[in-house]
Amino acid sequence: MNYCNLITIFAFINLLVSIPHGYSNYVETKAGQFFSSGHTNNWAVLVCTSRFWFNYRHVANTLSVYRSVKRLGIPDSHIVLMLADDMACNYRNPKPATVFSHKNMELNVYGDDVEVDYRGYEVTVENFLRVLTGRLPPSTPRSKRLLSDDRSNILIYLTGHGGNGFLKFQDSEEISNMELADAFEQMWQKRRYNELLFIIDTCQGASMYERFYSPNLMALASSQVGEDSLSHQPDLGIGVHLMDKYTFYLLEFLEEVHPASQANMNDLFKVCPQSQCVSTPGHRTDLFQRDPGSVLITDFFGSVRKVEITKDTINLTSPVEPPIKRSGSSDIQIESLTYVDQLPVAEIIHQQDCLEANVTRCRRKQQRTRKLNCQVVEKQTA
Amino acid sequence: FRLSSLIGHISTCPSLIGQCCQRHPGSVDEFQEELVIRPLHSGDIYASFQFRTLWDTDFLQEGQKVSHYRLFPKSLGQVLSKFSVRELHISFTQGFWRTMQWGQPFIPSPPGAELWVWFHDTVSDVDGNWKELTNVLSGIFCASLNFIDLTNTVQPSASFKPLGLGNATDHRFLRYATLPREIVCTENLTPWKKLLPCGSKAGLAVLLKSEKLFHSSFHSQAVHIRPVCQDEQCTSKAWELRQTLNVVFDLYTAGQGKKEWSLFKMFSRTLTEACPLATSSKVYVDITDNPELFELSPATPLLSQAVVLGDRRTYSVFDLTRAETFGQLRSLNLLLRWKGDGGEMLRPLLHAERYVAGFGLQTGEIHTVIYNNHPYRAFPVLLMDSVPWYLQLYIHTLTVTSKSRDNKPSYIHYQPAKDRHRPHLLEMLIQLPPHSMTEVTVQFERALLKWTEYTPDPNHGFYVGSSVVSALVPSMVAMNTNFTQDQPLFSSFVPVKEESSYFVRVYTEPLLVNLPTPDFSMPYNVICLTCTVVAVGYGSFYNLLTRTFQVDEPSLPLAKRLANLIRRIRGVPLLT
Repeated sequence: MNYCNLITIFAFINLLVSIPHGYSNYVETKAGQFFSSGHTNNWAVLVCTSRFWFNYRHVANTLSVYRSVKRLGIPDSHIVLMLADDMACNYRNPKPATVFSHKNMELNVYGDDVEVDYRGYEVTVENFLRVLTGRLPPSTPRSKRLLSDDRSNILIYLTGHGGNGFLKFQDSEEISNMELADAFEQMWQKRRYNELLFIIDTCQGASMYERFYSPNLMALASSQVGEDSLSHQPDLGIGVHLMDKYTFYLLEFLEEVHPASQANMNDLFKVCPQSQCVSTPGHRTDLFQRDPGSVLITDFFGSVRKVEITKDTINLTSPVEPPIKRSGSSDIQIESLTYVDQLPVAEIIHQQDCLEANVTRCRRKQQRTRKLNCQVVEKQTA
Repeated sequence: FRLSSLIGHISTCPSLIGQCCQRHPGSVDEFQEELVIRPLHSGDIYASFQFRTLWDTDFLQEGQKVSHYRLFPKSLGQVLSKFSVRELHISFTQGFWRTMQWGQPFIPSPPGAELWVWFHDTVSDVDGNWKELTNVLSGIFCASLNFIDLTNTVQPSASFKPLGLGNATDHRFLRYATLPREIVCTENLTPWKKLLPCGSKAGLAVLLKSEKLFHSSFHSQAVHIRPVCQDEQCTSKAWELRQTLNVVFDLYTAGQGKKEWSLFKMFSRTLTEACPLATSSKVYVDITDNPELFELSPATPLLSQAVVLGDRRTYSVFDLTRAETFGQLRSLNLLLRWKGDGGEMLRPLLHAERYVAGFGLQTGEIHTVIYNNHPYRAFPVLLMDSVPWYLQLYIHTLTVTSKSRDNKPSYIHYQPAKDRHRPHLLEMLIQLPPHSMTEVTVQFERALLKWTEYTPDPNHGFYVGSSVVSALVPSMVAMNTNFTQDQPLFSSFVPVKEESSYFVRVYTEPLLVNLPTPDFSMPYNVICLTCTVVAVGYGSFYNLLTRTFQVDEPSLPLAKRLANLIRRIRGVPLLT
C-alpha cells in the first residue's frame, strides 16, 4: 500500500511538472505557427493584356482570379487590377455590366463591387514595370501603387497572348522574359517582397519564367515551350470563348478553398493535368526557400490574419470636440452673397470690345475709343 | 458581459454626438436624397437620383484643417483643401442624350468623362494643381482621368461660369477638359456609391444595381461640389456636395416592349426604408401628363408643383421618412401603366447637332447646327468648341449662317492650337433668330501623327469632344427666383436670376474622325517586299550602266590543252 501510494504521489508530481511544460510547448508551437510563413500582408497584381472583344476570355480569366482573391480576404486596396479593355460595358455585350466565366451565364465574375485600377490604354509594359518596381510619378494615387514591403507575399497573374519568351500587351508592344526577370530582381534588391508567386496563362507560358534568378520566387504556367494554351468553352449567347482551360480549372480549384483551408502548393501544381488541359502546365520551385508542400494556398491567394482575442476592457477616448465656430462673424455686418450670372451677355460683349480696344492700341492707331472700363487684361498663360 | 458593457458604451455615443451637435447648430451637416421619375412620350422612362450633403465648414481656411468628417466624404474634403478648389464638377456618361425625344435633362452631361474646376484665387500654379487633381480623381473614381493633360485642357473665357456663390470670375482659374472615349462601368459606380453616407445599403441607393443601370440608353453619374447659400438670407456659405445619377431606360431593351414600368422592373429592387442619416428622402413622379398618358399606382394625396426648365410640372410625392408610404407590405413599388398612345411631346426650344462632312483622309468640315424652336423670341447662345490639335482648323473658313444669311457673332474668342501642346478653343456668342436653324461650319485638315502617338487600335478613329451650347432660354412660366429651404433638389441646381428665362446647357454629339493611319500590321513583310523590289530594280539598273561585254574564246579540246601546257613550260607560243 505504501508502495502504491508512492507510485500515485510520484505520478501526480510528474503530472504537475509536465503540465506547465506541455503548456509552454503549446505556446511555442502556436508562436511557431504564427511566424512560420514569414509574411504579414498580401498583395496581388492581376493583369489582362489583351484588347478587343474576341479576347473576352482573358478578361474573364483575370476577373475570376480577382474574385477568388477578394473572397479569400485580400482587400481592394491591396489589389492592383489591370484590364486592357472593357468587356462588361462593351457595346457588343448582350448582358451589360457582366462578365461570365461559365457558359449559360452561370457565374458573373464581374460582380457588383469591382475596382479596376488600370484600364484601357493605361495597361502598358511601362506602367506594369513601374507598378512592380515602385517607380511611379509622385502624383500617382495610392490605389494605383504596389505599396509592398519586405514582409509582403505577392501574387502576380498575367494572361493574354504570348510566345516563346514574350507576352504581348494590347497588340502593340511586348514584354520579354528577361525584362520580367530583371524587374523581379529590382524588387528583390529593394526588398519589395517576401515571397512571390507568379502565374501565367498564355501560349508557351513556361518560357516566361525560364530566366528568373531572384530568390523566393515560385512560378506556374499553363503550357510548356512549344505548346499552345487552349480556351475552354464558347457561349453561344455571347458569341465568344469565355475562359481559358487552365484558369477555368484553377477557378474550380479555388472555389473550394476557404480562408481556413490547409490546401498547399502541391495541390495547386496538380490543377489541370494534360488530360483536361491538353497543354502541360509547368511550375518552377528551385528558387523558393521553403518546401512547396508546406506553403498554404492562402499564403498567396488569401489574406489570413492571425487574431488574438482579448478579454481586457478598453477605455474609449472622449468624443471629439467640434471646431469652435469663428468668432466675430456675427459682429461684422455681412452683405448677402449672390450667385454669379450664368450668361452675362452684356459683360461678354464688353469683353469683346475690350479685346478689340487692346488690339487697336497695339497697332498704335491713336483712335479715341470711348472710355471703356476694361480690366487690365493679363496675358493668358499658355 | 464585458462585451455587452462595451456595446452599451458605444450605443450612448451617438446620443452624445447629437447633444454636442445641438450645442453648435452651425457645424452640422445634413443629407437629403431624392428620386425623380419622368415618363417620356416614347414609352421610355427617365429616372434622376440626387443625393445632397450640405456642410457648413471652411475647407480653405488658413491654418485650421478640417479633421472631423461625418456625412461629407473625407476623400473629397481632403481634395478640396489640398488643391484649393472653389468648385468641382465631374461627370461620367455612357450614351448620348436625345433632346428631341426626351426633352431637356435636369443635369446635362456630354458622353465620356467631363471635368471642370474653378480654383481659388490664392492658387499660384493652376496648371500644376490641375495635373495633380486629375491624378487624384482618377484614383478615387477608378477612371483614366490621368490622360487629361495640357493637350486636351482648355480655359474657356466666357462659358462655364461658377454655379456657386462668388463675385469675381477671373477665367484664369478655370480649367475644362473632356475625355469622350472614357468608358463608364461598374468600376466607376462602385466608388461613387461608397461616397454616399448610407452607401448602397439603405435609402434610395439600394436601387442602384449595375446590371440594370448599364442596360439602358443613357447613364450618367456626376459629382458637383460648390459653395451655396446656407439659408434664405444668404449671409453665410456652406459647401454642397451633389451626387447625381441620371438614367433613361429604353422601352425595347429593358422594357421588353411593354409600356408599363415599375420600380422593380427598372431597378430589380423595391424601396423598403429611407436612409436613417437623411433629413429628407422623397420620390417625385411627374404626373403632369396624367391621366391622359399613364396612370400611377399606388396613388398618393401628396402633390407638389415646381417650375423647372421653364415649365410648371406637377409631381406626386412619396415621402420615405413616413412609415405609411410603404403600406402593408413594408415595401414601395411604384407602377406606371401607359394608356394608349402618347401623342406629341412639346418640342424643346433649343437643340444642337454636330457632324463631320467631307471625304477622304486629308480634309473635312465640321458642321454645328443649332435650332431655335421658339416661334417668336430670339435669344443669344454661347457656343464653345474645343478641337484637338491634330485636326488643324482653318479659321478663315469659319461661317455662321442663319436662315441662309450671314450671322455675325457678337463675341468671338479663338485660341489656336499648338501642335502637341494645346487644343483649339473657339467660343462665340451668336444671336439665334426665332424659329430658325443656325449653321456653323469650319474646315480642317487632318495631321499625320508620329507613329508612337497612335493608340493600340488606331483604325477605330479619334474622338473630338462635344461642343457646349450655353443659353438663357425664354421660359413659358415665371421662374422662381427666391431660394427656399424646402425646394426640391432637381429644381434648385442652377441658380435663377430672373423670372423670364432659364439657363440651359446643351451638348452635341462627339465626333469620331479617322486620321491617316500607317499600316501597323505587317512591317516585316513590308520591309522584305520593299527591299526586294529596290534590290532588283537598282541592281538591274546598275548592271545595265556598268557592265561591259567581252567576247569569250571557245574552249579547246583536251589534247590541245595538254599540248598548250607543255608549250607554256617550254616558253613557246600557244595554240589557239
